[in-house]
Amino acid sequence: MHEPLTGTLIFERGAAESRCVEAPPLDVPAVSLDAVLGGRARSVPPALPHVTEVDIARHYEHLASANFGVDSGFYPLGSCTMKYNPKIDEQACRLPGFARIHPYQPEETVQGALELMWGLQEALAEVAGLPVVTLQPAAGAHGELTALLTIRAYHTANGDPRAKVLVPDSAHGTNPATVAMCGYQVVQIPSDERGGVDLEALRAALDTDVAALMLTNPNTVGLFDENILAITEAVHAVGALAYCDGANLNAIMGKSRPGDMGFDAMHINLHKTFATPHGGGGPGAGPVAVTEPLAPYLPGPLVARDGEMFTLSTPEHSIGRVRSFLGNFGVLVRAYTYIRAVGGEGLREISEQAVLSANYLKALLEDAWPVAYDRTCMHEFVMSGGPLRKVTGVRTLDVAKRLLDYGIHPPTVYFPLIVEEALMVEPTETEGKATLDRFAAVLRLIAEEAQADPDLLHGAPYTTPVRRLDEAAAVKNADLAWRPEDVEA
Amino acid sequence: MRFIPVTCEEQAEMLARVGARSVDELFSDIPEDARLARPLTLPEPMSEIALAAHLESLAGRDLDGSRVVSFLGAGIYDHYVPAIVDAVVSKPAFFTAYTPYQPEVSQGTLQAVYEFQSMICQLTGMEVSNASMYDGATAFTEAALMAARVTKRDKVVVSGAVHPEWRETLATYVESGTLEVVEVPAAGGVTDVSAVGEALDERTAAVLVSSPTFYGTLEDLASLGALAHDAGALFVVATDPLLLGVLEPPAAYGADIVVGEGQALGNAVSFGGPGLGLFACRKAHIRQMPGRVVGKTTDVDGRTGFVLTFSTREQHIRREKATSNICSNHALNALAAGVYLAAVGAEGLAGIGEACVAKAHYLEAALVGTGHFERVFDAPFAREFALRYRGDVAAMQRHMLERGFLAGVDLGRFAADDAGFVLFAVTERHTREVLDRFVEEVSAL
Repeated sequence: MHEPLTGTLIFERGAAESRCVEAPPLDVPAVSLDAVLGGRARSVPPALPHVTEVDIARHYEHLASANFGVDSGFYPLGSCTMKYNPKIDEQACRLPGFARIHPYQPEETVQGALELMWGLQEALAEVAGLPVVTLQPAAGAHGELTALLTIRAYHTANGDPRAKVLVPDSAHGTNPATVAMCGYQVVQIPSDERGGVDLEALRAALDTDVAALMLTNPNTVGLFDENILAITEAVHAVGALAYCDGANLNAIMGKSRPGDMGFDAMHINLHKTFATPHGGGGPGAGPVAVTEPLAPYLPGPLVARDGEMFTLSTPEHSIGRVRSFLGNFGVLVRAYTYIRAVGGEGLREISEQAVLSANYLKALLEDAWPVAYDRTCMHEFVMSGGPLRKVTGVRTLDVAKRLLDYGIHPPTVYFPLIVEEALMVEPTETEGKATLDRFAAVLRLIAEEAQADPDLLHGAPYTTPVRRLDEAAAVKNADLAWRPEDVEA
Repeated sequence: MRFIPVTCEEQAEMLARVGARSVDELFSDIPEDARLARPLTLPEPMSEIALAAHLESLAGRDLDGSRVVSFLGAGIYDHYVPAIVDAVVSKPAFFTAYTPYQPEVSQGTLQAVYEFQSMICQLTGMEVSNASMYDGATAFTEAALMAARVTKRDKVVVSGAVHPEWRETLATYVESGTLEVVEVPAAGGVTDVSAVGEALDERTAAVLVSSPTFYGTLEDLASLGALAHDAGALFVVATDPLLLGVLEPPAAYGADIVVGEGQALGNAVSFGGPGLGLFACRKAHIRQMPGRVVGKTTDVDGRTGFVLTFSTREQHIRREKATSNICSNHALNALAAGVYLAAVGAEGLAGIGEACVAKAHYLEAALVGTGHFERVFDAPFAREFALRYRGDVAAMQRHMLERGFLAGVDLGRFAADDAGFVLFAVTERHTREVLDRFVEEVSAL
């Protein structure tokens, strides 16, 4: 009988005397902890695991084998750009000259790191078509926050504080959440029947109290907004600014630049477009690129080049820091490595293949799976499981779970909210044609299974390390941490 | 280098299937005026061999911790990272996965996060930990915002002894006027307790302090916590998890929210990022907590499993009413922290903490003994301490750098009042021989 891969906690492994890493022998005089710490010495030790190195190695190997990553198989998670993560990036960020330097070292002792950051700033500015870049934000949502605070500071400095930010109904949840965190009021703009911003509704909502429009372009249904120039022009006409959520930059590198579309600011998800790994949820990085008029308000520090020297500086009217230190440097190293590996033409080729692969997959599927908007898509497209549900009672959730049985990570499901039973498919450029063909064949097969035996899908998955989990019980029981008391009880 | 597996022939087949004559045709929705009519101006692509050499040459220009004796800390520390930590976080099934939206194929990430949450609860004494924030500064800031939600009050009192970059981050987040921040200046390297008492009122949502402080000193948390609670405010404590093998946990002093920078637990210094934001609180407040959290449950066959839970707080469900906009967090850094804590265990953590404390006190006494430095604070400290240098700090640091030492952080760079103060961090990696050699060089100044 095999031991289940998961479920046994690290706390339940090993024995009381098991040890892995021990502190080195003390080579200075010992101190009385309670005396030097002023009576603050710990009285009861924390209940941490007692394990040997081999226990740890096996435990996490078991956990890893119950996990699905890009290296495991196809991961077409729409809007997340789960492309292959080159291994040289992992080697690069572990070089001692990057991994063991401290943010408060004198600048002359970290010139290599600063040159790398400067090179990345320059490259991102070129791709975005926006001249000034801050590498500070730790993730996409953090980049949104950074950009909106920068926009707020700009309006305030012009003696024109504004109260509202417009967000399309197709937007990522981070957009409205960010707007609220910045103290702005969210105004939702509907999408039109072609999947773009409803231009008339936008014009009606625009007034001199609007600070900005936040827009993902290509948008979250995988379409390039044909009216983008009219949109940014209308936004600027009332003195508002246009902000681009850069989640979908992987579709347009070297083809079109947000700056040239009329955007004033954007964030860039390095963990999507620039191939840095998603880490099971992070860390990512969300640099922000802006126009010259916004640059004086960016958070510091930025890297500047002064002849042969690279220095850190904070813009004159900076909003201040949005985090500690200099950004998610380890992630920046990986993104820089990727950009230098592929070059400018390589980036264009990446976007072209990402868009071709998405359109190819859409063509393979559209007779079996209705596409929400029947147009040429960019790097992803959204299908609706609505009709299938009506006929068979099989939901998109069931389809997603059945895909797991075929060794495929499901697309993003139930997003965007404007498409019923949505499945958002983003193949990325790093998948071969055979993978795309197989995915289409499996999805067609699942559609047939749904017709023939809906219960088969209601019960899926069957082959995964665990099957469907009771989410309601998780909330009800609220077991969020192991405790030694629970064992004794 | 190229990471596209599709061949030219396959591209032609794919185009034919799509019904497009060229790839450019697929981009025809882009208005002419928004198209880029020239190639991107970027450096040429490189082969893996050339790229590896380029990166080594860049990294080689940095003075890294293997080539210098560093006493820099101030929030980021060069502790030893056991080999098993990188062996685990290097597993592609962990680092190439994303947020565990499909729990049936994400039990590895989910269980590791649950174990991490458990360990953080053990260290801090709190009931609930989230799955991580970006770093200490943003966790600290989110704690202030959460306290305002929990108490429905709109002002926080922040100690001036908290890391200046954390205080600045909080100020940036609340610039729109959503929350008033009252800063109480530090006195003697710790929070001025009586000044906190004066700043408290019925609008105060929280008192936020850090122990150890930015200066390395330890706060009187019992008094500060009592003051906060007497005013009906929450008590937010920023801690240093690496020292919680030797220091009483913040929960022992009544902390309602505990935050911290968790980098020291198995994560590289990495020029200050990515860090690991720790966030723990009382179970009663979970619905106001920011960030993801993992819970234990069972599957349809009764097997133990783990899921993301209490998601109705989060942006993808609640949108503008979410407790935070955070989506991506620092899961891989949390994984490293979990492996680290499993590897060292309670005994190892206490031993490492004791080594840091003993060595820091050894160095502090020796530096004062040279006559070039003097004590400025009476409060106890753990692994980091500030001394006043009786001379020009910048000149001393340059001189010591030539001798292979990064001689602490010049606190004058953060506050004019702290000019002349130097902050030294000591870890278990500093041997007595190295400390003695440093003291010898200082004596010769």
